[in-house]
Amino acid sequence: MSTPTESVLLASHRKRSLRVRDGAFRAAVTGSVVVGLAVLVALIIQSLVKGWPKLGLDLITNFPSSFYEKAGIQSAIFGTLWLVAIVFVTAIPIGVGAAVYMEMFADTNVWYNRVIDVIIQNLAAVPSIVYGILGLAFLARGFIDLGPVLLTGGLTLSFLVLPVVIIASREALRSVPSSILDGALALGATRWQGVSRQVLPAAIPGIATASILAVSRAIGEAAPLLLLGALQFITFNPTGLNSSFTALPIQIFNWISRPQEGFHVAAAAAIIVLLGITLLLNATAIWLRRRFQQTW
Amino acid sequence: MDTVSVGSEVTSDSEFRGGAVTESEPSDHAPETVPDAGVSPEAHSDARARGDGSTLAGIAKARRPIRDEARAETVFELSDVSVSYSGSCAVQGVNLRIRRNEVTALIGPSGCGKTTVLRCLNRTNDLIQGAKVEGNVLYHGIDLYGPKVEPVEVRRRIGMVFQKPNPFPKSIYDNIAFGPRVGGFKGDLDELVERSLRRAALWDEVKRDLKASAMALSGGQQQRLCIARCIAVEPDVILMDEPCSALDPVSTLRIEELMDELVSEYTIVIVTHNMQQAARVSDRTAFFTVAEGQDDKDHRIGILVEYDYTTTVFTKPGDPRTEDYVTGRFG
Repeated sequence: MSTPTESVLLASHRKRSLRVRDGAFRAAVTGSVVVGLAVLVALIIQSLVKGWPKLGLDLITNFPSSFYEKAGIQSAIFGTLWLVAIVFVTAIPIGVGAAVYMEMFADTNVWYNRVIDVIIQNLAAVPSIVYGILGLAFLARGFIDLGPVLLTGGLTLSFLVLPVVIIASREALRSVPSSILDGALALGATRWQGVSRQVLPAAIPGIATASILAVSRAIGEAAPLLLLGALQFITFNPTGLNSSFTALPIQIFNWISRPQEGFHVAAAAAIIVLLGITLLLNATAIWLRRRFQQTW
Repeated sequence: MDTVSVGSEVTSDSEFRGGAVTESEPSDHAPETVPDAGVSPEAHSDARARGDGSTLAGIAKARRPIRDEARAETVFELSDVSVSYSGSCAVQGVNLRIRRNEVTALIGPSGCGKTTVLRCLNRTNDLIQGAKVEGNVLYHGIDLYGPKVEPVEVRRRIGMVFQKPNPFPKSIYDNIAFGPRVGGFKGDLDELVERSLRRAALWDEVKRDLKASAMALSGGQQQRLCIARCIAVEPDVILMDEPCSALDPVSTLRIEELMDELVSEYTIVIVTHNMQQAARVSDRTAFFTVAEGQDDKDHRIGILVEYDYTTTVFTKPGDPRTEDYVTGRFG
């Protein structure tokens, strides 16, 4: 090989086609980021501009009303909080339990465990409206016949996020190295002791993060609740699991479908509140992840 | 160089012990408690110092004098043990007798099945799907794979230290306390934690903050923590699966010194890739190698070639394959 001359080291020496391809690729990926962000920013700005006049304490403390000047979202906020609480206490224990079984106890050589695995993967991709139909058929009506109450709505959203919680929790459990369980077993722990006292606690930050993200998705769901027959005009806060209810996305849906411009403004303001709650939850998730993340 | 550092280590250690340890606690250095006390500590360390450390044979000669064969109690008796994973044979026809209060080293090239044999001894192989152990593994005369034997109880008595330090992502204290807690320990846990950490020569380094995360310790400290954790459940046997392969030479030396001390109370079986280490720490050495399978030439099976006193294995091995290996002609 001959000694390189200075010219081969210069950028201009590289093939023009290579440089063009580099540039194009860079532009494409940058463009993707910009488009993704721009949509979100546009949404926020538009809602802020439109909803600003309505955004205030009145909005949060007032109940829905036929007059848009007085209309508020207190009952919707409480409804959403109730739903979140129901989803947390049902979907997370069941989801984590299922994940522990699948990841720590199930023998993957057995056919039914593989079938369960595939089913859960597929359930995560089922559209939310289908869960609405499920809730309507089996919880609101049918044999259980609860009616369009909070419990029905909460459980339906629970079904919706359950596959996501299971998959994310399995991921978190899998990220705990097997040497942790081996170490526990080598000290004379039973499998259950090793899992419950070492593996599961080590996976909790990941599980918590994923669960919060899953629940924050459920907060924004309107379709299954509408299908269940959650009422759109409720002027009282829910009093219990058996109570009729409304929720933020339903309230927004309701206001947007009204002809008066004033309700559109109210809807934009409610969207800001909904976005705020979602961002708050996601921020908590990110904080949890950074605070407790374990590098192995 | 080697001797100097060992000497200073022991001095500082014993100074410390003189000050802080209660009188009732047996000193770690007391050879009087060794069951076969024919070996005096002076003889031991002198032997180390005298030995020609430059060759494996020299290192092996420097080991403690051979113990009284008749008094050595058998802990494990393996007869015709074979292990297969999902029907594929990993190691075949192993006959091995492991004696109490000795360090037994399992050496050999990669894939020779030494770790597999080690994992038979506390039924860790059971945890691998499709693993099957054939033949007889007797532990103090009891068939370890008998139908009524509970693997959890086996592992409580036969502890294991792994290749890569695997502390739990918890505090130092909780790492040590885990084994006793799950074992239903009723007693002074603080005292047990301290005693275990002292036995593993880690107490001085961590006593200031036992609540600190074990993950923040260095690799060598983590491995000593794992040994301390193992000791805390008061096992009968400690199995070590290449315990120093992830450690630097200084940490390795500390672990080896620790094994020298612990063997007075425990039976140690160690798998190692490092022949010098086997020569330094073990009383007996089992040499494994890979052989071609009987039916399928491509299928490699681990076999035990030779098992004898470490001195013998490294100075006048009985099998040419052992000689090739220990002299570095193979592997």
